[in-house]
Amino acid sequence: MVFQYPMITVQACLDGILLGVLFALIAYGMALQWGVMNIINIAQGDLVILGGYIAYFMYLYGIHPAWGVIVSPIIMYFVGVGIYKLVINKVVDRDLFISILATFGISILFMQLMNFAFGADVVLANSGYGTTFLFDSNVVLPNSKIFSAVVSIVFAICLVIYMKKSKLGRAIRATAQNARAAKILGVDTEKVYAATFGINAALCGVAGALISITFTIHPYMGLPYTIRSFMIVIVAGLGNLPGVAMSGMGLGVFEEFADYILGTEFRIGSVFLLLVLILVYRRFKLSRKREYLK
Amino acid sequence: MNKNLVLYASILVFGLAAPFIFPAFKVQLSILCVLIILAVTWNIQGGEMGYNSFGNILFYGLGMYLCASVQVGMFFPLAEWTESGGEKTFVHTPTQFFQGMAVGLVVAAVVPTIVAGLIGYSILGLRGHYFAICTLGLGVAAGEISGGIEIIGAGQGFTTPPFPNVGGLEARGEFFYFCSFFALVFAFITVRGIYSTRFKLILNAIRDNEDKAEAMGIETMKYKIIGWMVSAFFCGLAGGIMGGLVGYIDSTDVAFDGREMGVFMVLMAILGGKGTLWGPVIGATVFHIFKEGFWTFFLGWQYVALGVLIVIIVIYFPEGIMGWLREKFPERFGEVVDEADRKAQVELK
Repeated sequence: MVFQYPMITVQACLDGILLGVLFALIAYGMALQWGVMNIINIAQGDLVILGGYIAYFMYLYGIHPAWGVIVSPIIMYFVGVGIYKLVINKVVDRDLFISILATFGISILFMQLMNFAFGADVVLANSGYGTTFLFDSNVVLPNSKIFSAVVSIVFAICLVIYMKKSKLGRAIRATAQNARAAKILGVDTEKVYAATFGINAALCGVAGALISITFTIHPYMGLPYTIRSFMIVIVAGLGNLPGVAMSGMGLGVFEEFADYILGTEFRIGSVFLLLVLILVYRRFKLSRKREYLK
Repeated sequence: MNKNLVLYASILVFGLAAPFIFPAFKVQLSILCVLIILAVTWNIQGGEMGYNSFGNILFYGLGMYLCASVQVGMFFPLAEWTESGGEKTFVHTPTQFFQGMAVGLVVAAVVPTIVAGLIGYSILGLRGHYFAICTLGLGVAAGEISGGIEIIGAGQGFTTPPFPNVGGLEARGEFFYFCSFFALVFAFITVRGIYSTRFKLILNAIRDNEDKAEAMGIETMKYKIIGWMVSAFFCGLAGGIMGGLVGYIDSTDVAFDGREMGVFMVLMAILGGKGTLWGPVIGATVFHIFKEGFWTFFLGWQYVALGVLIVIIVIYFPEGIMGWLREKFPERFGEVVDEADRKAQVELK
């Protein structure tokens, strides 16, 4: 198919890359909290969807949904800090499985609350950005997708600079390296954890607002986003930003091709299967050296 | 030992008499049996082996689809049955129904066991949270993919053969109750047998330190796979029974229902106490009573309550009911307690 229909290939690749940038943004948030707090947040995808609904509601009340990119992270930051204070601070030092299960509970809770609050319809905030046609209109690119990719890149760069330069950023990196030493040197790790979770939620808010503009959102669509970001993180490794960006785009392209070749009904299934395959591949590769994924 | 025998005998008698004492709750009791099977077999990995699986739902759903497909496919064309309204044109005679069910249950138990054996070597090489997420992925992938396969009804679901017209609703309830009850007895005896051998000690060694266990010369992979296969066997069996009981199979809402059954089995085992024989049984019973008793009050808010319940149980009762009992009455669990030492500790606090 790749050579028979070159235009479809170009279309799928471009779609996939633009989509992958968004995935990378979510995955960056997951890598951040995983590295700093040693927590795998199953509710990541639900935070994304919640952020998307914030933008959607702005659209319903007549505000242009692109402003959601500014408003949604601010609201989501406080949602994230709230979740941290209520639940996460009790599971930070415990077994990883406890955090997985606890966030799984939060995920179910959010899913259902969103279902009640916003209804079970698939919604989309129309940005009215029009489309760009390339190659004699054989390749169609909605401008909203380009907008979302640009915005996510801008946010990612801002965040990287913030983490490098600011005081909080340095505190976060210090805590990630050695929480105990950071505590001794006067870093309030509790605050750092809360801020990390808040920043992660804010990133999810940005990504969600962009997804509500470019794609569709639905209360139950959260889990695939969690799995995608988990997959990107395990492929790229913690704290490897170029790797996260590359594997995010790779996953986006894979998904678009799976969509064309296998059909849309197998799209989510293929994402989950890819996760299993990647993990099994890594496991066999490491077991040759008698090691295992840590 | 003698006391235990009396306990088991009384439970067995109660189990056999239950559908006649509480005729109105037959379906609920059958579901309880299935839940206990799932919790007890989840505990083989999650509790004893330390491999927290979210993917046992895979075997449950597989068993459900296999049992129903075999039951239909033995006598009628499967594709026509699922195409819509096949159950109206083709009618199972009572003999066909029971024959189909018997063969179906065997297939539903055996095939997931083989599947577990085949994928076990790859999947069980993962550890800790990677194993948990990988199995979560397996369960969801199975649901998504089975929702796209035409011959088993795809997205619109699969109606299992209706119970033949012998004895009406009463007989149907009793039949499925005894199916699930005997499956439960079978599962419990097997698991109890396993736990009284060296096998359990090996599983516990894997949980406590897998590298050391391997260094001691235990072929950990072999035992991990066998443990998973035992789970898969009973999950498949439970799935097959549940499919007949519910009467309708949907890929993501009934069979590969990670949001309900998949979480329930983990939650029940943790609620009762991981790594104990009776913990999952108690946990499942308490959970089922709570669920049936309070679900109606929450009407529509069940999943919200479920989410809150998961968070509360995981954060505040990670040791479960058995763990709490053990802390309260350590003597009953065969632990030697030095009274003076205990008092000294209390004073220190």
